[in-house]
Amino acid sequence: MADHAVHHDHPHGLAHQFEDMPQQKESAIIGMWSFLITEILFFGGFFATYLIYRSYYPEAFFEGSSHLDISLGAFNTAVLIISSLTMAMAVHKSHEGNKKGIMVYLILTGILGLTFLVVKYFEYSAKIEYGLVPGLVWHPHGENSPQLALFYSLYFGMTGMHALHMIIGIGLLIWLFIKTAQGTYTAEYNAPVEIFGLYWHFVDIVWIFLFPLLYLLGTQGGGH
Amino acid sequence: MADDHHGPTVRIYLAVFASLMFLTALTVWVAFQDLGMFNDVVALGIACTKATIVILFFMHVKYASRLTWLLAGAGILFLLILFAFAMADYVSRGWLGMPASHYLQ
Repeated sequence: MADHAVHHDHPHGLAHQFEDMPQQKESAIIGMWSFLITEILFFGGFFATYLIYRSYYPEAFFEGSSHLDISLGAFNTAVLIISSLTMAMAVHKSHEGNKKGIMVYLILTGILGLTFLVVKYFEYSAKIEYGLVPGLVWHPHGENSPQLALFYSLYFGMTGMHALHMIIGIGLLIWLFIKTAQGTYTAEYNAPVEIFGLYWHFVDIVWIFLFPLLYLLGTQGGGH
Repeated sequence: MADDHHGPTVRIYLAVFASLMFLTALTVWVAFQDLGMFNDVVALGIACTKATIVILFFMHVKYASRLTWLLAGAGILFLLILFAFAMADYVSRGWLGMPASHYLQ
């Protein structure tokens, strides 16, 4: 490996502290996974809170969940899975150093990400209209109104943090697109595309759990 | 250097995509079947399966170094510790049958 570094005087994109491109890329991937561990535990706090309050107030959680639109939730799940496929394809194209291919798949991923956020906007609007936003517009007056508010606080907290991750993701995606257009990424130097892919897929995984826990819970109508 | 990545082929990506879409449809369908307490178990089982597929193929962990496996595994391990210890506390709170104020006096 040391010989390798000597032969390539200074390959495009190689920082001086690394021996060669594979070592640099491996470090980038390890670094991204370290960050994702903190992200797993960040969302883990939300999921643990959900778990505890749901075990305390199952009826209120079923009722709250039954007001969410399953078809919109399922649609957005599909949108994110398709966007994960297009992102995986962008990474695939980056391994080939295919600039145009990366750009096409990044655009598709961005459009799908925006589609997700637009659907989320309409869902949030409906919740505001029906007065189901704790602390802002809250209409339920029933006996379990405080517990229902807990469910909706978690709904907005969890989907809101997820949406914030999507917005940050789309921002990074635009930056990656510009860098790709400038010809920064090659078959050898493409770690930024790859580790952004890891982030994007992680955000998809969070939604994979949010969908059944928030939307599909209410179908059994107050069962136990 | 490009041959260092033995990443998945496009064919594998499409198969992964198809299985994720199938599992999404399956979890929606199962949600409308009355399985009692098993609705939750099945829904979470399907979500974990989908997450595993995404991690192994889309996130390339199946093809990654052992250090990457260690980090991905550490994330999941610490998540399980968080759940287990938090639930151990909350679930067992009523077991002694006395109010918490008893200890404060």
